[in-house]
Amino acid sequence: MSEQVLKISDFNVDFWVDGVWYPAVIDMNLELNAGKVTAIVGESGSGKSTTALGLMSLLASNARMSGSVQVKQEEMLNANAATLRKFRGREVAYIFQEPMTALNPVYTIGFQIVETLRNHFDMGPTQAHERALELITLVDIPDPEKSINKYPHQLSGGQRQRAMIAQALACDPGLLVADEPTTALDVTVQAEILDLMRGLKDKLNSAILLITHDMGVVADMADEILVMKDGITVEHGTADQIFNNPQHPYTQQLLGAVPKLGSSKKRALPYSENAKPAPVLKLTDVTIEYPKRGRIPAFTAVKNFNLEIYPGEIVGLVGESGSGKTTVGRAAIGLIPIKDGMIEIVGKDISHATQKDLSSIRRHTGIVFQDPASSLNPRLPIGESIGEPIFLAKIAKGDALAHMIEDLLDQVELPRSYRNRYPHELSGGQRQRVGIARALALTPDLLIADEPTSALDVSVQARFLDLLQELQEKLKFACLFISHDLAVVDILSHRIAVMQNGLLVEEGDRDAILQNPKNDYTRRLISAVPVPDPAEQRIRREARLAAKK
Amino acid sequence: MAKKKNVAVETTTQDGGENAIFNKETEGLSQGQIVLRRFVRHRGAMTSLFVILGLVLFVFTALDQKIGPFKVPGWWHYNTEDLPELRAEGCKEGLVGCPTFSLRPKFLGGAGFGLGEHPFGQDNIGRDYFALVMRGAQRSIMVMFVIGMIGGTIGTIVGSISGFYRGWIDAVLMRFTDFIITIPAIIIGSVVGYHFGNLGVGFLAFYLGLFSWTGLSRLVRGEFLTLREREFVDAARVAGASNRRIIFKHILPNAVGVIIVSVTLLMSGAILLETALSYLGFGVVAPDVSLGLLISQYQDSFTTRPWLFWYPGLFIITIALSINFIGDGLRDAFDPRQRRRITKKDRESAKVVKKAGA
Repeated sequence: MSEQVLKISDFNVDFWVDGVWYPAVIDMNLELNAGKVTAIVGESGSGKSTTALGLMSLLASNARMSGSVQVKQEEMLNANAATLRKFRGREVAYIFQEPMTALNPVYTIGFQIVETLRNHFDMGPTQAHERALELITLVDIPDPEKSINKYPHQLSGGQRQRAMIAQALACDPGLLVADEPTTALDVTVQAEILDLMRGLKDKLNSAILLITHDMGVVADMADEILVMKDGITVEHGTADQIFNNPQHPYTQQLLGAVPKLGSSKKRALPYSENAKPAPVLKLTDVTIEYPKRGRIPAFTAVKNFNLEIYPGEIVGLVGESGSGKTTVGRAAIGLIPIKDGMIEIVGKDISHATQKDLSSIRRHTGIVFQDPASSLNPRLPIGESIGEPIFLAKIAKGDALAHMIEDLLDQVELPRSYRNRYPHELSGGQRQRVGIARALALTPDLLIADEPTSALDVSVQARFLDLLQELQEKLKFACLFISHDLAVVDILSHRIAVMQNGLLVEEGDRDAILQNPKNDYTRRLISAVPVPDPAEQRIRREARLAAKK
Repeated sequence: MAKKKNVAVETTTQDGGENAIFNKETEGLSQGQIVLRRFVRHRGAMTSLFVILGLVLFVFTALDQKIGPFKVPGWWHYNTEDLPELRAEGCKEGLVGCPTFSLRPKFLGGAGFGLGEHPFGQDNIGRDYFALVMRGAQRSIMVMFVIGMIGGTIGTIVGSISGFYRGWIDAVLMRFTDFIITIPAIIIGSVVGYHFGNLGVGFLAFYLGLFSWTGLSRLVRGEFLTLREREFVDAARVAGASNRRIIFKHILPNAVGVIIVSVTLLMSGAILLETALSYLGFGVVAPDVSLGLLISQYQDSFTTRPWLFWYPGLFIITIALSINFIGDGLRDAFDPRQRRRITKKDRESAKVVKKAGA
């Protein structure tokens, strides 16, 4: 019988807002033993991160907690500051979502690990340095001797997350709380980090409390799963139970909303292979370069890129971050100048277009941006944001414009009354629908969707994808759908293009790419996508590890 | 399509659930309304706002004013030009023109509560000091608003243009700003005051405004540099918006917090600048009156007749402090991260929302 590390009983958290206590976590019970992984799953706002921070009393001052949290048989709630300090880092270590913000940018990673060590142990600087080096080696950061003196911004996203894991592991904590540890990472990097965490857990026999919304990650890691909704634990069971026999309708719905590779039916191309219509978007040998700035040399983001999109089809553009897919999307509607090659939209060359030429092109194009929080002007009511393209194209004004805005809101299934609301009053999913409404305002021939779902929860994402599909079937626009998530691209697209380091590595029919990838990189990308099924995930993992060796 | 149906049913609750706690605070309010609400909650700033408004009303209605051909009578019975006789009664041995303002009741040996004939006393030649201080405060407040307006406008425009266009436009404008910054304000002020002081305070304030926009333009430029990278600017561009529309319709409203706050702080600095210049003799020149000039004129009487010092000083401090407080309150109100501290009383009196579905 392994040792019990964490015991949460009747745990409640409330937040004080304007004279009212709003519950964020309600009556939570959880036990976690050494060497085990328990995952808390739920959507944003369900209280999973609040739980994680609440364990060690790290919440803001407008929170209150009740119940009991025991770490190694010691009560943590209402413990005094000294006890809490002793346990933080030493017994309970955290891995946060965004390593760039969780690591202090003005200190080297080595310094930050040494600091943790020397806070908790009676250790000399040399000794601590040696231990830090050992830890950095342990988490597989390349060239540890050099990396120890690097600052966070000098490391890649995956390496940063590794550095943070090294820091968390510094004191051999009994409990590791990982709050969305891989959400900010690419699939291939995510797979590596998960492998690393699994290996370390076995080696050090610590318990992991994994917090995530990604069912694939959960299937990969968890022994036990706790599903949360609006602060309430709706279901709690072993991974097998939850995945194969979910009881609560919410769990079923959550699992149903997860896009699975290869699960959607075949989609016929809207044109015949032999008689292709004129392409809506045609990129020929496009090279895009970010010019040199000061001492930073020029950077070629996209090289010799060729792609054609025909009317009525959705083309998925897949790649990891930094592969240049967003750059392609932006260049395609003339937001970024290109260095070489040619871009044609509905037969018009825009490679060296002036502002004036572009404005005529813009009636034919629309774009949905990645982050709905940033892409809507916070000071404009959403009705104005949606109507702006129509207004500027001088199609309608006044009452006619208001009428068109209402139609657009109907199309994306938002209440008409929302036109006077401000973006911050809407949820992420609603904001993204406003984004679509604006992009479709001029009934474009070409829609660029730049990772529109990456900021959304799975179930909101599922709804969003349905909506996009419905609209596409109705309005028949061509769409370039940019995403890092192969499963999402699988659901939507007719054809898929894969990018790596600015190059187009593979392009073709959806089924051809997913079932029979020719390129090595494509294969790696597909095998790294976590599947929400523990048994299958185990097989895939072993296959991946075998392939690595 | 069982899956799709499930999702559709749940959508409404999910979309509401996300950020629900945050939304409780903001439901149905525009950002302007939120800022206003937070500002109203700031007790110091609200008090200062009323003090300033009251003071402006009080000061500007006190004396006879000439507005064009019309003469609007003030409520105070003296004007700055009147020369009543110097009064010695009730003053200490050897003093004339002491204040008649008294708060000490008769039974405590005082003169009883009342303003008297010259509440702030009289100056060397017998002019009513209350009237002089009122005129001085009028001048100072006017200078403050003119400098705030001119400095604010120029700073915003220069900052927006250089932040939005970057490149050589930015370089030229910012080097020009550097150049203005290197000249100490007091020197500019004295040169301007020396040449234009006799043209009246309006001119003085105007010229001082031309040199006091530098700090603001830097802040606005910084704000524009961050805001122009936000995706809503790209979205506006894709929608076909011109540069001018992007600057004024999309970016500027988002930078308005920074602008309002620093203009208020600029104004409180302006009143001190005017005072300092007048004190040095370069600002407002006699026969016109300003608070700084009053202090400067009677600086040697500090030991013998300190009231000639107190009252202008009191007004300077009140105005500058109130404006600063308002600026502080605005800064807090525009900062979305700043939350009100929760007191123990708040904690205890708070209601508990029903644990739905528990």
